[in-house]
Amino acid sequence: MSAGELVPSGSKRILITGLSTYWGGRLAQALEQRPEIETVIGVDSKDPTRELERTEFVRVGTEHALLRRVVMAAEIDTVVDTRLIVDSTVAPARDAHENNVIGTMNILAACSGSDSPVRKFVLKSSAHYYGAEQDDPGYFTEEMRRPHPPQTGIERDILEAERAVSDFERKNDAVRVTKLRCTHVLGPDVKTSHTKLLSLPLVPMILGFDPRYQFVHEDDVVAALAHTVHNDLPGVFNVAGDGVLAFTEVVGLLGKTYLPVLPPVGTGLAAAVARRLGIEIPPETLNLLRFGRAIDNRRLKATGFAYRYTTRETVSRLGEYLRLHPILRDAAQPYRYEEEVEEFLRWSPSVRDSGDRGQPRLNPRQLVELQKAVVTGAPSVARFKPAIDALGGYDDLAEDELVAMLDSLEADQLSQLHAHERAGAARSAVLEAIEETLARSG
Amino acid sequence: MADERLSLPVEDPDRGSPGDGPDRSMELARRTELRRQLPGVEPDRRLTDWGRSERVEGVMDRLLFDFFYNYWFRCEVEGIENVPADGGALLVSNHSGALPPDAAMIAKAIKEEHPRPRPLNLTVEHFFKGFPGFSMLVPKIGGVAAHPANVQRLLFDEQQLVLVFPEGRKGTEKLYRNRYKLRRFGRGGFVEAAMRAQVPIVPVCVVGAEEAQPIFAHLGLLQKLTGMIYAPVTPTFPHFGPLGMLGYLPAKFKIRFLEPIPFEEEGMHEDRSLVQTYAHEVRARIQENLLEMVAERESVWFG
Repeated sequence: MSAGELVPSGSKRILITGLSTYWGGRLAQALEQRPEIETVIGVDSKDPTRELERTEFVRVGTEHALLRRVVMAAEIDTVVDTRLIVDSTVAPARDAHENNVIGTMNILAACSGSDSPVRKFVLKSSAHYYGAEQDDPGYFTEEMRRPHPPQTGIERDILEAERAVSDFERKNDAVRVTKLRCTHVLGPDVKTSHTKLLSLPLVPMILGFDPRYQFVHEDDVVAALAHTVHNDLPGVFNVAGDGVLAFTEVVGLLGKTYLPVLPPVGTGLAAAVARRLGIEIPPETLNLLRFGRAIDNRRLKATGFAYRYTTRETVSRLGEYLRLHPILRDAAQPYRYEEEVEEFLRWSPSVRDSGDRGQPRLNPRQLVELQKAVVTGAPSVARFKPAIDALGGYDDLAEDELVAMLDSLEADQLSQLHAHERAGAARSAVLEAIEETLARSG
Repeated sequence: MADERLSLPVEDPDRGSPGDGPDRSMELARRTELRRQLPGVEPDRRLTDWGRSERVEGVMDRLLFDFFYNYWFRCEVEGIENVPADGGALLVSNHSGALPPDAAMIAKAIKEEHPRPRPLNLTVEHFFKGFPGFSMLVPKIGGVAAHPANVQRLLFDEQQLVLVFPEGRKGTEKLYRNRYKLRRFGRGGFVEAAMRAQVPIVPVCVVGAEEAQPIFAHLGLLQKLTGMIYAPVTPTFPHFGPLGMLGYLPAKFKIRFLEPIPFEEEGMHEDRSLVQTYAHEVRARIQENLLEMVAERESVWFG
């Protein structure tokens, strides 16, 4: 694979699962900026945590029936799953398992099937897939598997989620599956157990061990996710900054002092004590603090992806941030999602100033029509004037166009359309299709 | 300290089956492309990506290796020109001594005698990573875990020198009465590694290490209690404590680098019989030269 063989993808209608996670929000922000992306839809059970412009948020967890309706209705061609929990300090073990294993299963169920419009599935996974053991290679490449079965819940969950995705790939030939295995992420914005550990004034280490560590900058992870959306890259890719540092080097770059206080024997017990004292060292990092891990990032680079930061620069950036943070602490207001305001700005006909979005706002029905017009090439722009008669535009549409858009209509609109059609052209195929759709949704 | 498991196949579904031409050339193109993507060197750093530290190496050199090389073992080197000045090469040597001094002396010989000194990567058995302190020190002075993927990356991608001891632990734990009798050379994994990376093998013979730290017996109970890989009885161990492991007798060291055996052709590693043939060939050459060197030697202590 070389940069010259890059295949720009046909991904235009994107569904991001886990919009309210850090990665989902950041990716949505990145995709919004690209004009060739038609639609970005994000689903999550919680409110979005980032300010979004044209991304549509639907409050759905991982219920596959609901997700499937979203996927089918919006004709989603690309699903990006950013939802995996790869850090056991973020959520209780049971929630993490529910999210990582059951959630992934449901999302895959919503995308599979011969009638599914999904053509690409991207999973953000973790380098925890490889584990950290004594007999590891210096660099894990994408083909390698971990030499020993996982000992911690998070690692088991990640393996299981990846297995489910591989299974999905085998059964759905039409879908190209990309898995990104990211190493530990650092950055000013993202909060992981490693940023917490490295923010401590004295960084604890295991006595007698200086593991090799690799990091990747948060912006690079977002860019890598966007890279896989914009290009067709089926397969597995490691995501990690260039260069591998020794842990003492990392701590030195941050200008901190390392403290080899964790004993080499009974480290787990000492970590449990530290947890009581408020220093969170999750079980999946214990082996990392002992043996370290590095992954080979060259396959993704060979596809034309360029990292902005090396491991060393990533750590230096975090160091700068940690020095500035106490000064700038309360400067920025955290973002709050206000559903009513978002709805008003998006759909109200009273909103005239399109603001920073830079494109005219249409209501959902007009959007559907506009899209059909684009597809069929009909230049009937007059149809999209806000003052349009509620159903007048439909008369110009051909039978099959009309049938194709039925799925996107509400029940009352359907019955209105039914009455309108019967009174007007009374095409039997259209009438039947409307009745059928009504029966399905009712 | 080295490993015999270099033949462990890396699971690689992309690699073509033996004999299909286009697949193999694609595989080579892929590997060459990946080689271009190696991360660059960051000049401010004191450690390499493998964890090697010039500073620590320098300290160890001044403290120990310099003294042992020049004054204690009075190393004598032959055939240093057989170590290539550039490109990857796999150095294969005989191995002996409870805490073997041979690796450090070979690395020092290249540093002292070679017209273009290059760092030498020593393959070390994985167990070092589990020992506190040791696990910090070994990578800093050039030790790399003996994993086939590591050897491949060092030899093919990074074009470096790698030293392996195919006898592995069987070499270091052999008793004094078996001195200079080479043990089995693993399963030929080292040949496979060189063939896969398409780099030459340079056989190396070391005379003197057997007498520097002879092993008279093994203490099974002590080994079990300490969790070490073996507990030998040497002139200074165990009665002088752990530091007794460094108690070397001042035997005269002679190191001979033999002619390189090239493996430029592609895909040779897939032929098992070829691998075994070369493994025997390398072993025979080292054994033959060892016996010759021992026969020429007039005194164990003065050479």
